[in-house]
Amino acid sequence: MKTSNFERKALAIPYALFMVFFVIFPLLVILYYGFTDGEGHVSLENFLNFFRSAKTVGTLIYSLVIAVMVTAICLLIAYPVAYILAKGEYARKHAFLMVFVLPMWINFTLRITAMKEILTVLEGNLAYHPFMNTIICMVYDFLPFMIMPLFNSLTKLDNSMLEASADLGANKWQTIFKVVIPLTIPGIVSGITMVFLPAMTNYVVLDMVYNSTYIMGSLIGSYFNAYDWNNGSLISAILLMFIGLFTIITNHLIAGEEGGRRR
Amino acid sequence: MRRVLQHGWIWLVLAFLYLPILILAFYSFTSSTMIGSVRGFSLQNYVTLFTQEELINMMVGTVVLAISVAVLSTLLGTMGAIGAFYSRRGVRGFLEFANEIPIVNADVVTGFSVCILLIVVFHIDKATFIPLLVGQTALCTPFVYLSVMPRLKQMDGALYEAALDLGCTPGKALFKIIIPQIMPGILSGFMTAITLSLDDYFITTYTKPATFDTISTYVVNATRGSQTEIKTALWALSAIIFLLVIVSVVIMNVRRSDDEKR
Repeated sequence: MKTSNFERKALAIPYALFMVFFVIFPLLVILYYGFTDGEGHVSLENFLNFFRSAKTVGTLIYSLVIAVMVTAICLLIAYPVAYILAKGEYARKHAFLMVFVLPMWINFTLRITAMKEILTVLEGNLAYHPFMNTIICMVYDFLPFMIMPLFNSLTKLDNSMLEASADLGANKWQTIFKVVIPLTIPGIVSGITMVFLPAMTNYVVLDMVYNSTYIMGSLIGSYFNAYDWNNGSLISAILLMFIGLFTIITNHLIAGEEGGRRR
Repeated sequence: MRRVLQHGWIWLVLAFLYLPILILAFYSFTSSTMIGSVRGFSLQNYVTLFTQEELINMMVGTVVLAISVAVLSTLLGTMGAIGAFYSRRGVRGFLEFANEIPIVNADVVTGFSVCILLIVVFHIDKATFIPLLVGQTALCTPFVYLSVMPRLKQMDGALYEAALDLGCTPGKALFKIIIPQIMPGILSGFMTAITLSLDDYFITTYTKPATFDTISTYVVNATRGSQTEIKTALWALSAIIFLLVIVSVVIMNVRRSDDEKR
């Protein structure tokens, strides 16, 4: 009994070593590079410069604006879809969800290419509306990732809750705002986490629609091209802090309840 | 009225999601170089796609990379999940924490951090493909772990003990008892790893050899250039991938409903 348990536990060793060396260790190295200067002395100079420079602060604000807009639009489109699929007209056709998540499996650069060609025809020239095109393409790219966790959360919602709410005199909208939405907060939160961060960092979408304004991800890309490892690491470190904060808030909000998983 | 609104919304969103791909697929069968200008039927894009060496190399490279990464991460993730499942609470908690990192982290940061460690600190040559393989495997392994773990929890633990009591060695019991029971989780983890690798752009750009391209990096470079021939050949590639995805999703769903019937 004891020996057999030992053998099964040991299977985790290669995995554990891999995760420590190639997931945790690289992040520590990022923190080291982000907070030291070129000669290896500890320095907050780069960090402070990031918040002193109008250019980089502008980039941070621009990424946040894009991320908030994309997340909000995805949520507004996806929530009704997930609700209709889980509780409305399509409730019995579960295979229908598949149709909405299927685009996830198609390479995103090819999907953005498709949307870009359509927008080119509609607008004549993509350069006229770089901001709007970025938002449209990101919503197009991330929408399935919002629909899935919302759907998972809504299907788990017991129908008797809705009936009880109606029996107690709530109208349709009251039920939605006072019962359905509060009970699906975990799904909403995990949908937001799947969209918000990619929207702050996926600079390829901006490149593809010729939006030359930077978001946080573009900064890493341009420091990478300039072999500026310290500043690139610093941006990564700042993003890591964002992610850490975000995860803490999310875990707090979900508090034990399970939301849908990413992908 | 409510019904009309619901159907209307569903079909509107479906149109948003699918029209661009369908229109592009339609135009891939014409000689047009721009959407909107209708010209005659032509298979030229498909001929270009499968005869241009650069395009063939890119497609073969992407597929070979995806399969290698999926095999590596399926091995690591499955072993990790089994090992963690039988480990002490503290150890398992730590592994689960580490497992969450690549999942919540931005791909840009994951890719950049692997690049810094392997290429900048350890001076490993990008041309060896090691940084690329490691980077993508670091992204995919946690998803395999996550799809195997629930199967382990559902598994009947007594069967393994019974096999040992009946004289089976632990190794043999692992392959005869545990692996078959968690196989569906391993397979879906493998598929997830394949699609994650095929979709990846950021880890690839930061770790790939200079002359190697995957679909993602190739498409992004192609949009910067203005070679119409390549541009429209990529429309053909989109159409093919779209079809492949539909076929595999249908097959998976049919198989799943067969499993449920049984």
